[in-house]
Amino acid sequence: MLGRSLTAAALLATLAALPASAAKKDNSIRFAYDQVLENIDPYFNNVRLGVMMNHAVWDTLIYRNPETNAYEPGLATSWKWIDDRTLELELRQGVKFHNGEPFDAEDVVYTLNFASDPANKATAQQNISWVEKAEKVDQYKVRIRTKRPFPAAIEYLAGPIPMHPNEYYAKVGPKGMNEKPVGTGPYKVVQHDVGKAIRLEANKDYWEGAPKPKPTIEKIEVRMIPDRQTQVAEMLSGGLDLIMNVPVEQAEQLKAAPHLAVNSGLTMRIVFVLFNAGENAPHPAIKDVRVRQAIAHAIDKETMARQLVGEGAQVIETICFPTQFGCTDEGAKRYPYDPEKAKALLAEAGYKDGFDLQFYSYRERPQAEAMVNYLRAVGIRANLNFMQYAAMREQHRANKAAATHQTWGSFSINDVSAGPSAYFKGIDDDMTKDPEVIALFEKGDTSVDPEVRKEAYKRGLQLVNERAYAVPLYALTTYYVSDKELEFKAYPDELPRFWEMKWK
Amino acid sequence: MLLYTLKRLGLALLVAAFVSVVAFMLLRLSGDAALAIAGEGARDEDIELVRQTYGLDRPLIIQYVDWLLTTLSGDFGQSLYFKTDVASLIADKLPVTFLIGSFSLLFALALSVPLGVLAAVFSGTWVDRAALAIAVAGQALPNFFFALVLIMLFSITLRWLPVSGSDSWAHFVMPTIALGYYVTPPMMRLVRAGMIEVLSSDYIRTARAKGLSSFSVVFKHGLRNALVPVVALAAVQLGFLLGGSIVIETIFALDGLGYLAYQSITHKDFPVTQAVLLLLSLIYVLLTLVADLLNAFLDPRMRVA
Repeated sequence: MLGRSLTAAALLATLAALPASAAKKDNSIRFAYDQVLENIDPYFNNVRLGVMMNHAVWDTLIYRNPETNAYEPGLATSWKWIDDRTLELELRQGVKFHNGEPFDAEDVVYTLNFASDPANKATAQQNISWVEKAEKVDQYKVRIRTKRPFPAAIEYLAGPIPMHPNEYYAKVGPKGMNEKPVGTGPYKVVQHDVGKAIRLEANKDYWEGAPKPKPTIEKIEVRMIPDRQTQVAEMLSGGLDLIMNVPVEQAEQLKAAPHLAVNSGLTMRIVFVLFNAGENAPHPAIKDVRVRQAIAHAIDKETMARQLVGEGAQVIETICFPTQFGCTDEGAKRYPYDPEKAKALLAEAGYKDGFDLQFYSYRERPQAEAMVNYLRAVGIRANLNFMQYAAMREQHRANKAAATHQTWGSFSINDVSAGPSAYFKGIDDDMTKDPEVIALFEKGDTSVDPEVRKEAYKRGLQLVNERAYAVPLYALTTYYVSDKELEFKAYPDELPRFWEMKWK
Repeated sequence: MLLYTLKRLGLALLVAAFVSVVAFMLLRLSGDAALAIAGEGARDEDIELVRQTYGLDRPLIIQYVDWLLTTLSGDFGQSLYFKTDVASLIADKLPVTFLIGSFSLLFALALSVPLGVLAAVFSGTWVDRAALAIAVAGQALPNFFFALVLIMLFSITLRWLPVSGSDSWAHFVMPTIALGYYVTPPMMRLVRAGMIEVLSSDYIRTARAKGLSSFSVVFKHGLRNALVPVVALAAVQLGFLLGGSIVIETIFALDGLGYLAYQSITHKDFPVTQAVLLLLSLIYVLLTLVADLLNAFLDPRMRVA
């Protein structure tokens, strides 16, 4: 509330004086983010800012076109599966790292074998642990052997797996890579003040034929500013050119500032209610499918998406992001908002007078509160337990939480194996452990034939809906606030592509 | 005096030890550390690995003693998040915090001393009440709110000062005011009370009788004596300012010790949180000790306490 009124007052003040953008003049962008990067080496952090740096400073073997989601040549010019578990890639010639080291098979082999070795303690194990080993065939050809059939490998190679220069990396390791990062990407790191700022400079010798265009903006300054109010104040005073993840109510108000542009972009982060409906479920009512269906009917997700999430929010009918490989809502049971039907289902299940329910949540509190109210409206005496993510997961995995308000970003991986599989394949977060569902997601994750995968996921997603193990709600949006003169485009993977940006 | 010093020193050490125990326990009891360190989407195996790697599976007492022994030997350990040694991390951030702390103290003194003198000289009049109002406003406004008001005024409306960062002297103006204003009231009150007492004393009457100018009486003879307790209080306030800069550093994105503490708490980076807490409490205890000794040195009546 306080923040809101301050923003409003500040806006009135800013309407008067308009600064000429200093950044535009020297062709740079000043960007801020609220997280601190523990290590800029993409294998050794698991924060969003790290993903941004990964794609600005490094390149991947395969490139996913963010417009079409098609896979295109990156550092590898072509690739093919030799058998279920072996991928062969032809590498591009003539590419040089920022330090002058030429790129070839040695780099790929060293990077993959280093990152996938658990002894090296890469932070995001789930991104790389599928690699058994990488082998050099000749100077520009490699083979990657997977631990089990892993068709989503292509998607991973286009995302969280950048290529490091082998000689340099062997010498300095992740620690040296943090201090002085070296990649092949469109930007070079000129300075990394840990916890404070990262300064990038356009790579003038960026390799020909790269799917990312040669950067136009010469300098990028990424500042870590933990407080969102401060970020907004910086935008208003002309101290920054771009911020993201601005809360909806502030974004709406910032639209009034004449020198700022406010854009909303859909993100891959989906929101859903997850039930613990297994044999030993902590709540007897939630074990009954009719009760779970009643809850699904009780929540008005359309209204929530429109009023609480913000412009461009997309309602989903199955728990995956629509562009993900294997994601479909075809034939999946739907639960339109219908409080009367919800009450009838509750009565049928023997809960005519409702019941008490602890509802767990860890982010987007207004949305959690709305759901609690929807549940109370049909007679379920829900009580909100709002806590840190780690604490909520602890409750969930300890079999103590019957209904949790979850969000999942799939690590921006455009494949269902990184999405619902995490919740329904019988591991860790899957408390329901329905063997039929587990088998289907397992089949989808490990089959090589794309058609077989699609069919398995479709059936798996249908079962999740039919048995109401989860209530799919919507995909979140994020608001970007930028200088009006800055040209940029928002993508669902929440990756600001500095190399595409321009001053008008 | 020696006995008094030893007694105070012993007490200070006890306080520091107590703080370290409480900090340690609070951090461990606030949730499963391994889970938090492993991050979103971590598998149970990963979490178990983290637990073993960091020795979080051992009994709390053993973890504490282990930490205390290595710390006492001068080794603050490794940051779980930044993967660098804690000592150099702290050494890196300490100057910024000291800078804001000292600036804020100077600002508070520069504000509280004249206000206190004015209030005392014109005690009971509207000047007294106005001075009090200015000082008390500092205590009544939460400093995060005051900081935002400053940003609105100086950065957005007037565009005189940069909002956040620590690259130039201009970046330190608003943090100094926001933090310093908060400790002004107690110091101002002390100056005022001291001045009223001093101004009514015999030697001041003598000074006036000698025909000295009232400026000379108030500042040369009066203020000098009234400031003695303020010096001691200022030492304690400096400790408070150093520890209290967490919010201010976060708002102004100043890369200091307070911001480091904030980050380490959100990342459950125990070694860092513990080291920062220990350091800050030691500084505080040390400054309090200095204040006590200073008071005792200046005023022998207090040595029996």
